[in-house]
Amino acid sequence: MNAMDTVVQGALLGGLYALFAMGLAVIYGVMRQVNIAHGDFIVLGAYSAFVVVAATGLSPFVVAPLTALVFAAFGYALQRTIINRTLGNAILPPLVVTYGLSIIIQNVLLQVFSADARSIQIGALGTASVALGAHLAVGWFPLIVFGTALAVAALLEFVFNRTSLGMAFRAVADDPEIAQVMGLRDGQLFAYATAISLAVVALAGVFMGIKFTFAPADGPNFLIYSFEAVVIGGLGSFWGTFAGAIILGVAQAIGFALNPGWGILAGHLVFLAVLVYRPTGLFARSAQ
Amino acid sequence: MSLLAVHELVAHYGDFQALFGVDVTVAQGECVALIGSNGAGKSTLLRSIAGLIPARAENVVFDGTPIGAETAPAIARRGIALVPEGRRLFASLSVEENLRMGTFSRRPGPWTLARVYDLFPVLRDKRATPALALSGGQQQMAAIGRALMANPRLLMCDEISLGLAPAVAKDVYAALRRVRADGLATIIVEQDIELARTMSDRAYCFTHGRVTLTGRSAELTRPQISAAYFGVK
Repeated sequence: MNAMDTVVQGALLGGLYALFAMGLAVIYGVMRQVNIAHGDFIVLGAYSAFVVVAATGLSPFVVAPLTALVFAAFGYALQRTIINRTLGNAILPPLVVTYGLSIIIQNVLLQVFSADARSIQIGALGTASVALGAHLAVGWFPLIVFGTALAVAALLEFVFNRTSLGMAFRAVADDPEIAQVMGLRDGQLFAYATAISLAVVALAGVFMGIKFTFAPADGPNFLIYSFEAVVIGGLGSFWGTFAGAIILGVAQAIGFALNPGWGILAGHLVFLAVLVYRPTGLFARSAQ
Repeated sequence: MSLLAVHELVAHYGDFQALFGVDVTVAQGECVALIGSNGAGKSTLLRSIAGLIPARAENVVFDGTPIGAETAPAIARRGIALVPEGRRLFASLSVEENLRMGTFSRRPGPWTLARVYDLFPVLRDKRATPALALSGGQQQMAAIGRALMANPRLLMCDEISLGLAPAVAKDVYAALRRVRADGLATIIVEQDIELARTMSDRAYCFTHGRVTLTGRSAELTRPQISAAYFGVK
């Protein structure tokens, strides 16, 4: 077993998980809510791109940002028309409603596309790699995903820490009532947050669809990976979420290398260990 | 005509009724004190005016417009600013970011970061510090500065001396006097009755959600206030 290779491939897989997780972290960071349909939106992103690529012949790398734009608009509308109505003092209604969305998305996809697994093809780039030394080669596509995740983390950090919108996001998460007294409309802010989240989710979905095969019921697994990465990283920093995703990816890769049945389990064990020993996450920066 | 007219306002927290038909007015440039024991309804009145507790439109009239049914952000944009009880600064924001939060009500005017820093120079030195790393008095200054950044027409201060050493509380009120020098209408909720009387033009005494005494602060006598305060007739 080449240990170095295992860690590098795991870290690159973590780059994809980072894209999964940052969309969840945006919503949790602003609304203190978990979107149960998060994983299903990732799968929906993959199907959307799959359909557009099949219909137009455009490169998936062109379709990805277009999908992100459409998803952002969809996220804004979804938050304004449905999810904002579920927010209040009780934590259960938004969970139940997003769980319902999850079921609807899975079944609509099943009805339209059947249960057959699909994937998005990118031709030769899918297998092209660059050699790093004698025993180590990394694929170009995983590198592109990793670089995109880095760029998204940097962009989100910038938006949250250096812009007025980000300041409003943090304030409404800290104290929604006083944020309103400052003149902030929380429903509007939540809609912006969901728009940002779903834009990231769409990118994650397209890349997932290129890397893996996907089927309508795959979403819940991606929700779990996202949730695990956010918890491992800790709240309050997208770099923390990014790092948490890398740790999750490496843990899974090491597990797979030891035994093909242990990969996912190894990720869960790291997640549980963090919950037990460091429940606020490894890189928490939040005020709680 | 008064700047703010609260008329027959009632307020509930669930099944608990906190205000039973309260009438309060604030004239342009006036400082009004609300006094009364804990749970008498003073903070509830401020929260209702700020739009955090629902009311009927005509219960709260601001500058001639019925605003009782408007949302908190809409009322903030009209120029009513609240310095909430317990300060409630935003924990994950720096001092300067907390001050800038006041600008979301989109009301340009004389109050800018520079002017707030001139009023409270210590905040300029601590501008990049997390807000909750400040001392209690400094946090109170930041909370007042945050409200001023909205360039309010009515400033509502809820127990700004709470938990502060007497000397610090004096400084905070001295600053509030300077803020009011150009005629900003103000409501203060204050436990220290002497302080409330010297600071205000008029006072309302609250008992169990009702106004039991009102008058010019200078003319209210201690026995009158004690009687109203403790609900003794």
